[in-house]
Amino acid sequence: MSDNIYKPYMMEIENIVEETPDVRTFRLKFKNADDAEKFSFKAGQFGEYSVFGEGESTFCVASSPTRKNYIECTFRKAGRVTNALANLEPGDTVGFRGPYGNTFPIEQWEGKNLLYIAGGIALPPMRCVIWNTIDLREKYKDITIVYGARSVSDLVYKHELKEWEERPDIKLITTVDPGGQTPDWKGEIGFVPMVLEKVAPSSENTIAILCGPPVMIKFTMPVLKKLGFQDKDIFTTLENRMKCGFGKCGRCNVGKVFVCKDGPVFSYEQILSLPAEY
Amino acid sequence: METTRKIIRKQSLEKLYKLLSETRKVYAPVIATDKQVEYKYNPAFADITFDHIRSTLSVKNIVFPKVENLFLYTNSKTESTITDIDLNKIPDVVLWGAHPCDTAAFDILSSIFCRDSKDEFYSRRLEKLVVIGLSCHMSDEYCFCTSVGLAPDSSKGSDILLKRLQNNDYQVEILTEKGNKIVSSSPELFEPFTGEEVIVTEVKHKFSHEQVTAKLAGAFEHPFWVANSLRCIGCGACAYVCPTCACFDIQDETRGKNGKRYRSWDSCGFGLFTLHTSGHNPREVQSQRWRQRIMHKFSYMPERNETLGCVGCGRCSSGCPVDMNIAEQLVALQNL
Repeated sequence: MSDNIYKPYMMEIENIVEETPDVRTFRLKFKNADDAEKFSFKAGQFGEYSVFGEGESTFCVASSPTRKNYIECTFRKAGRVTNALANLEPGDTVGFRGPYGNTFPIEQWEGKNLLYIAGGIALPPMRCVIWNTIDLREKYKDITIVYGARSVSDLVYKHELKEWEERPDIKLITTVDPGGQTPDWKGEIGFVPMVLEKVAPSSENTIAILCGPPVMIKFTMPVLKKLGFQDKDIFTTLENRMKCGFGKCGRCNVGKVFVCKDGPVFSYEQILSLPAEY
Repeated sequence: METTRKIIRKQSLEKLYKLLSETRKVYAPVIATDKQVEYKYNPAFADITFDHIRSTLSVKNIVFPKVENLFLYTNSKTESTITDIDLNKIPDVVLWGAHPCDTAAFDILSSIFCRDSKDEFYSRRLEKLVVIGLSCHMSDEYCFCTSVGLAPDSSKGSDILLKRLQNNDYQVEILTEKGNKIVSSSPELFEPFTGEEVIVTEVKHKFSHEQVTAKLAGAFEHPFWVANSLRCIGCGACAYVCPTCACFDIQDETRGKNGKRYRSWDSCGFGLFTLHTSGHNPREVQSQRWRQRIMHKFSYMPERNETLGCVGCGRCSSGCPVDMNIAEQLVALQNL
């Protein structure tokens, strides 16, 4: 990259997956081979994705660093930039700046069980670390994924959920909110916290990684505590509105902590020390 | 380098100004038609004021323009291209007659823009800048530089500092190599300093910033913020006139196929500043935004940037349309 820290890489959309009616996953390739060569990132980091003329939007890299030569991002059509992104087609150009922020401490988790808990559109920021640990499967013990969405059609990564379900070395529990099921739905019916309580994974030698809407977090935390998880063994990834991504534009801070520099990955122990400004 | 002192007579000052403005842009304070003081590039020497307390806006735009292009683009769906801004075109600029509060702000801005990821837009402008400061012989009730570790004659941020003498000549403090280069290129304009007394105003000490910082560590949930921000209309004027406020927005603007991505001054006082696309806002009411402003400058920055985020110029208070006075609030916070 040039000295200009605001200048994005030019990326070509290689592939688009329509996850739900309003959620898309883009596979992005570096247009410049030199950029692709030099680029590296780690699980948990994020970037600024742009449509020239509309602006930039912040999402985590949703693909694993173990998968080379491309990055993926998953977004829901919600604002100006994501609506513009959703109108693009394979072959079109988007800008990407990054990677920014800290990472999931997956080296420290080696030899432990991993429990991933996600709700709705919060699976994408966890997909990177999920695949990263699955691709390094022998380093971790049991991998359990609890994923819930409002309805069957709101579940993202349906093809991957199927793959995880079929793998003997991954335990996947999917659930939809009551009323969100289809006649042929074979997963759980109920909210994530209740399903988690029912599944009751052991907290013994286990790290919990949690991401979802505030209401899900609020009701899941007591369940995790009841299961015996300690605050330092629970991780999440925060998001706040950002512009620059590297601690200058001044808006993503939670108290003295900048989500873009000190986060987005935090342990629950750290979260408890922060004011409620996220 | 070691500070050296000389004297410059008022008529030589004019010669110095003319010499400098032949080869560079000189940014100097003048009295505008509405009696407000504003900085202009290369004004006539006769129009330059040496007797102002504070300009309406600070001088931070000289290194951090209100709006600055980050790059240009052409906007075709598949073949978008980016054109860099040529930073080599940034001109040599002399900042003339800025008061010590304004010159001290450059170090604070640098603690934001030059730390970690270095912002070339800011740092290249700063490299091209020579600062001729002017100590204050006048002040008013809004000034509180002495409460934030500065003084009406502090030299922080200046390459040369002028201090007024009784006879309207100036003592010249040469503080840096940049400053020395200017003085030594026109030695005939300067005379030896022989111990004349300088006129410096007195600025009342109002609070201890160390105590304020200590108090803020435990004051996040204090009712103080609601009680003291009810008047705030969230206009953002305080941030726009502030010499150290550096928060910015990034936007795209396109005409036809061509566009620019630019950054522009922003303010933590605006509700939109932190609004998520989902509608959730971590700072949804004005008291939270007012708290952010004070906390950032007096608690977060001392810890993260090892500097206060305030120079005590008093502009946020003198410019506030609803008369919120930051110094009064800081005194109250100290005494919480």
